[in-house]
Amino acid sequence: MIVPKGLKYTSSHEWIKIDGEIARVGITDFAQKELGEVVFVELPDLETHIEQSSSLGIIESIKSVSEIYAPLSGRVVEVNRELSENPQLINQDPYGKGWLLVLEVDAKTNNHEFDHLIEAEEYQSKSEGATA
Amino acid sequence: MDYSGNTPLQQKEMLEAIGLRSIEELFQSIPEKVRLQSSATPRARPLSEIEVVNELRDLAGQNKSALDYPLFLGGGYYDHFVPAALKFLIGRPEFYTAYTPYQAEASQGILQAIYEYQTFITLLTGMEAANASLYDGASALAEAALMAARINKRKTILVSQAIHPEYLSVLETYLSGSDLAIKRIPLKEGRVDSAFLKSSLDKDTSAVIISQPNFFGIFEEGERIAPFIRQNGSLYIVSVDPIALAMIRPPGEWGADIVVGEGQALGSGLNFGGPGLGFMASHLAFVRKMPGRLVGQTEDSLGRTGYVLTLQTREQHIRRAQATSNICTNHALNALAATIYLALLGKNGLKMVAGLCLQKAHYAARKITEIPGYKLKFKQPFFKEFVLSCPHPVEKINRRLLENKIIGGLDLAVRKKSLNGEFENCMLLAVTEKRSKEEIDKLIEVLKSLQKL
Repeated sequence: MIVPKGLKYTSSHEWIKIDGEIARVGITDFAQKELGEVVFVELPDLETHIEQSSSLGIIESIKSVSEIYAPLSGRVVEVNRELSENPQLINQDPYGKGWLLVLEVDAKTNNHEFDHLIEAEEYQSKSEGATA
Repeated sequence: MDYSGNTPLQQKEMLEAIGLRSIEELFQSIPEKVRLQSSATPRARPLSEIEVVNELRDLAGQNKSALDYPLFLGGGYYDHFVPAALKFLIGRPEFYTAYTPYQAEASQGILQAIYEYQTFITLLTGMEAANASLYDGASALAEAALMAARINKRKTILVSQAIHPEYLSVLETYLSGSDLAIKRIPLKEGRVDSAFLKSSLDKDTSAVIISQPNFFGIFEEGERIAPFIRQNGSLYIVSVDPIALAMIRPPGEWGADIVVGEGQALGSGLNFGGPGLGFMASHLAFVRKMPGRLVGQTEDSLGRTGYVLTLQTREQHIRRAQATSNICTNHALNALAATIYLALLGKNGLKMVAGLCLQKAHYAARKITEIPGYKLKFKQPFFKEFVLSCPHPVEKINRRLLENKIIGGLDLAVRKKSLNGEFENCMLLAVTEKRSKEEIDKLIEVLKSLQKL
């Protein structure tokens, strides 16, 4: 299970790469393995505002449909259009080409939203214990 | 598995939980006068099978149906021809008793038939993707409205007042409890008032719904209003008569986004008014927002063609409250009947049916309006139905027609409230390909003879 260090994670298996006010979001290697081959991704419209932990879309695999939850509150400024043609990018490269969207993080997001994010080691140990 | 009924004590507890004292109280909404007062008439002795059959035959013999008298009644359900071969084929046990096809490997026959059905619907409607069918035209229309709102997230549905009043009623039922609003577009000379429609379009309009032909049998100018709907970013929902599709351009070619309708005319027969066949077709881009089952074609592990229920992640057994609809079935036997009907008749056969309906209805309209007192209520192009303005109450006319072994048209006076207009002494008369010239001429004769009622 790959868990890159420079990212933050959620307990619902999303990763987030924060760069000032901009944050890129995707799902983890653990998640893509559990899901199986991804066949369809439904992402929010641009400019949509999302609250932390609310559903921002769905990932449909051969065997299930899963909600994707917002790691932080923000406004959607970019979505990965490649995924409509090639949803398997999520399986092949979940931290790279399989990115889902980019958020402009709320300026008012204070520390308690960041408190919900977890570090790589903690995410790794939590998920290693988890079953399918 | 044991079946153990509820004990009297359990019943008492359940009743108390919902605030009732007796099971009788659960039936409060059934009017007293239609309730069974006691068990069936006691007999001196039990009857033999021969006696039972005779008694039931006598009872049934008191009915007169479309099999006995020519039927000029329409209004959504029509007396269209059903080939004998069709009845034989759908009666085959493999089709008649086919189970719901979630287990693909055991259901290839019915799945392939439904796939063919879907294909026929796309061809007829000019759309890219069709589902495996819904209950009937009314619920299909309601589902289309919900689908439109899912697609563009807007909240208002504009509906023509010229659609079937019962469809409108079903639409209201489906939308009640949601945050969607219905706005009715009034009639203008028997058609949807397109100027009113245009001025009603706004940023919150999710979809516009018309019927083609409409409830009064009249052809709407469906194509003319399409650009305004598109420009407004709304979706165009068209409810069609599938027989009419043999002679008008398919809605897919003039801007429809979702096409729905009642497929009863395609081989289902009358059957006391049901079951019906709701068809739905749309763009491929919207297929994930479509309700109902979808049959797809695929390959098995040996590369052989096979069929499955696909995109099931729209359905409620997977998505529960987030499913596209609560429907988890289709009207497979009716869809099969429609498929066989279309295959038996073919393109030319269907055109012939439509042509005969058109000609016979127009012949009847011309002849009837030659009788003093009878006029066409609307001067518009119509298909197989038309509204007659009559010199007497329709109820009286129909009673006299029945005495003459003819079943007359629909009395629109009783629908005045739901139709939102003046329809006193108005009859909606339908003439299908099954009505012979003799039957129509007899109708004319009887109407002529009704001097005073």
